[in-house]
Amino acid sequence: MSYYDFLFVIEVLVGGLLSGVMYSLVAIGFVLIYKTSGVLNFAQGSMVLFAALTFVSLVERGIPFALSLLITFAVMVALGFTIERTVLRPLVNRSPMTLFMATLGLSYIIEGAAQLIWGTQVHGLDLGIDDTPFEVGGILISSFDLLAAAIAAAMVAGLSAFFYWTRIGLAFRAVADDQFAALAVGLRLPRIWGTVWTAAGFVALVAGLLWGARLGIQFSLSLIVLKALPVLVLGGFDSILGAIVGGLIIGASEKLAEVYLGPFVGGGIEGWFAYALALVVLLVRPSGLFGQKTAERV
Amino acid sequence: MTFFSHLRKAAIATAFVLGATAVHAEEQYFPLQSYRVGPYAAGGTGFFGGFIDYLNLINIRDGGVNGVKLAWSEGETQYEVEKGVEVYERLKSNPGIAAWNPLSVGIAYAMIDRITDDKVPLITINHGRTDTTDGRVFPYVFPLLLNPYSETSGIVNYIASKEGGLDKLKGKNIVVLYHGSPYGKETIPIYELLSQKYGFELSQIEVPHPGNEQQAQWLTIRREHPDYVVLRGWGVMNPVALKTAQKRGFPADHIIGNVWSNSEEDVIPAGDAAKGYTAITTQASGERYPVVQEIVKTVYGDGKGNLEDKSRIGSVYHNLGIVNGILNVEAVRIAQAKFGNRTLTGDEVRWGFEHLKLDPARVEALGAKDLFHSINVSWDNHEGDGYVTFQQWDGKKWNVVSDWIAPDWKLLRPIIEKSSEAYAKEKGIKIRTAEDADAVVSN
Repeated sequence: MSYYDFLFVIEVLVGGLLSGVMYSLVAIGFVLIYKTSGVLNFAQGSMVLFAALTFVSLVERGIPFALSLLITFAVMVALGFTIERTVLRPLVNRSPMTLFMATLGLSYIIEGAAQLIWGTQVHGLDLGIDDTPFEVGGILISSFDLLAAAIAAAMVAGLSAFFYWTRIGLAFRAVADDQFAALAVGLRLPRIWGTVWTAAGFVALVAGLLWGARLGIQFSLSLIVLKALPVLVLGGFDSILGAIVGGLIIGASEKLAEVYLGPFVGGGIEGWFAYALALVVLLVRPSGLFGQKTAERV
Repeated sequence: MTFFSHLRKAAIATAFVLGATAVHAEEQYFPLQSYRVGPYAAGGTGFFGGFIDYLNLINIRDGGVNGVKLAWSEGETQYEVEKGVEVYERLKSNPGIAAWNPLSVGIAYAMIDRITDDKVPLITINHGRTDTTDGRVFPYVFPLLLNPYSETSGIVNYIASKEGGLDKLKGKNIVVLYHGSPYGKETIPIYELLSQKYGFELSQIEVPHPGNEQQAQWLTIRREHPDYVVLRGWGVMNPVALKTAQKRGFPADHIIGNVWSNSEEDVIPAGDAAKGYTAITTQASGERYPVVQEIVKTVYGDGKGNLEDKSRIGSVYHNLGIVNGILNVEAVRIAQAKFGNRTLTGDEVRWGFEHLKLDPARVEALGAKDLFHSINVSWDNHEGDGYVTFQQWDGKKWNVVSDWIAPDWKLLRPIIEKSSEAYAKEKGIKIRTAEDADAVVSN
């Protein structure tokens, strides 16, 4: 292997890792809700679309950036509590499959509402972050991707601190461990769920802005859930650390596979390669690399 | 306000669909399998908006085509094949159907057998199966103006013109980045053929649907150091390609987009990364053409414009819809000249399309000079030898940067016939003759 080939491998690896961070951003939203309510929220992608579309529509109407961000966050808080009140609360104690189907329906409703309220036009989103690459030892690195990675890292650190060092975080963990026990000690489950959906809405807003700056704000934003699902399977549905590590593994491996295996099988393999990898992990570790192992007495 | 205007439009559309069965004898009806929501809504609203705007212009300005009013109703498909077929089944019983215009490769494929049985034309302007160009085998399908092979030839001819001639292509390196779908793969063999003919090196790289992640593909491209990248994309794949090219240091002015990578929706989300990007088109964009100005004055002035956002008037998809409207209306007009000024059958309109000859003088008379070049459809050539031009994005608008270019139809025709004849053999279809094409079902 020549020096140039070696550099190229490193470049593919770095590019994959940075892409993986973007997948993790979406996956974290899933983890937050799954951790506290056991619901696989299929509507997370639609929430990303809704948040980004709301934000960009406000900015285009002349509302300042910071105020638009604040209003959008308020909208996501309202959305989170509305979902809790109208969807989750009536379905409490239903099977996980029922709740999953409910979020599937919710996904279509949010997508439709986003387009109904803000229209179907594609929007550009300029966050003011320069996206011209810079060279480090012969490797081109995207400054935008680096910043996105830094934002994701900050968000993970913030969420971790929130979970471990705040009273509400402690309540989240109690609910995640055992909902009935949490109820028995007087925790108000609806309020906690509402707050968790709000936190997921915040994650959706951040993911929506970063992904929106890459893809444009358009309907396809909601499809980024397809990138998050193998990350969750691999990392574990209830682990924020798992979402990060899973994202990095999926991002790096799918890029390496596309570049080095793709030419032998006709190319275009990264779409399914991530799922194949996740499936292998599922066979070996059903709860993912970092997911909580559960055992039930039968 | 957008919410309420959507509600109003939905109510009007519903009323139209409910009332669509009451098409009068003096009306020619266009069933529209439109998509105004879903991932491709931006293209759908532009195209169907332009099409409806033109039909409205003919009704308001001329009182219809020789007194025959144009009618239409919409069924939402969200660009999904099963919904497209469902809308087809729902609307096909309406009287006086002129032609179907789904603007979807998948829906068009699913309709070929159905419309052939029903004897109603299926228009796939700028897209569809390449071999449907051969009217001997596909009597009711019309990939008007440009089929995928002609598009490929037009792009290669344009690159050659930039390099100083077809002989200068030898040794050049071209990468085709294509959407991982039947649409994206349609041109693989013709690029290979042209590569062998002109001696350029060729790599064809697939981007899995929907194309929202392309790091690996552009790293591979960077390693290959191509002279040009042809972008055969769709939807979100296009802006992501332009953004990722910028990340990998590939210049936008060496990326040539195909006909479904040439709209404002493809470049605006990419921001500055799209500046200098060039794409093929069969119709120019902008409002300066007389027919577009008439639509603004007459249709929008009358409050009947279909586009909610008037800044989209003259956009690529809107103008494509207008050109599609011109071609449909002129086919009806030509058929009326033979069969009478009345509501025509689908087969009579098919005859009209097979005699759709609009030379530059006629195009000018229709107010479309420089909007599109010309068309020359015949019973066995359902594409009609459309010319192409190239437009470059300057960050705010498209600017035409080439003359009208003719694809190499003579080179392509034998390949198309080989494919269509194989299809005819597989399906047991009798190959039509000119006499067969002149036999028309009039009731």
